[in-house]
Amino acid sequence: MLLFGRLSDVAGWRERQIDSPFLSALRVRLASDDPALGEALEGPGVQVAVDQMIVRGDTALNAGAEVAFLPPMSGG
Amino acid sequence: MSVRLTFEPFDPGALLAEFARGRSEVGAVATFTGIARAEAGQTSILELEAYPGFTEREIEKIAMQAKARFGLIDLQVLHRIGQIAPGEPIVFVATAATHRRGAFEACDFLMDYLKSRAPFWKKEHGPGGARWIEPRAQDHADVARWDKETSR
Repeated sequence: MLLFGRLSDVAGWRERQIDSPFLSALRVRLASDDPALGEALEGPGVQVAVDQMIVRGDTALNAGAEVAFLPPMSGG
Repeated sequence: MSVRLTFEPFDPGALLAEFARGRSEVGAVATFTGIARAEAGQTSILELEAYPGFTEREIEKIAMQAKARFGLIDLQVLHRIGQIAPGEPIVFVATAATHRRGAFEACDFLMDYLKSRAPFWKKEHGPGGARWIEPRAQDHADVARWDKETSR
């Protein structure tokens, strides 16, 4: 899984391998390991991409799936 | 149509010359260049993060929309990532259309999208430390204009 923007600052890491069959279970696991990160992941405007596709709600994760947490975006 | 990310500084003039070269059926080329601001010394370096692959594809989706909506003949988006010094160009958008209105409007539309909806994360480093920049209310209002104007 991947963290972008301020989420990687909150966690202190950018990329990690985690075994989890569902996105919801992954969230629970991350929040129990690091409550501050858990809270940041639930923050306003944070989106999730699984294998580079935006998903809403829960989803099953295949082995090797790439899960990315995307905080509010700002370019230009 | 070209959508690219680059770690390297670029020359907007050279990009414009290249984009406009050899076009005989294009009546209008519009460009926008965004430049990193120093914010009166508060920003020493701007850091832009992207999600390689995903970022380009998301921009390409909007670029396709812009092409259809404004009848563009061609367009180009080049966006810096990594560390950017004040005064350096950060983004270049060029649009080519038969007439000027489509070219101008498509440029405006693409920039509004890039400011608040494209997958980039922007951090300002300055004397007071570093902070992540999120879109301002104005940026959200700017991009929402295009959602309303659906009956073109």
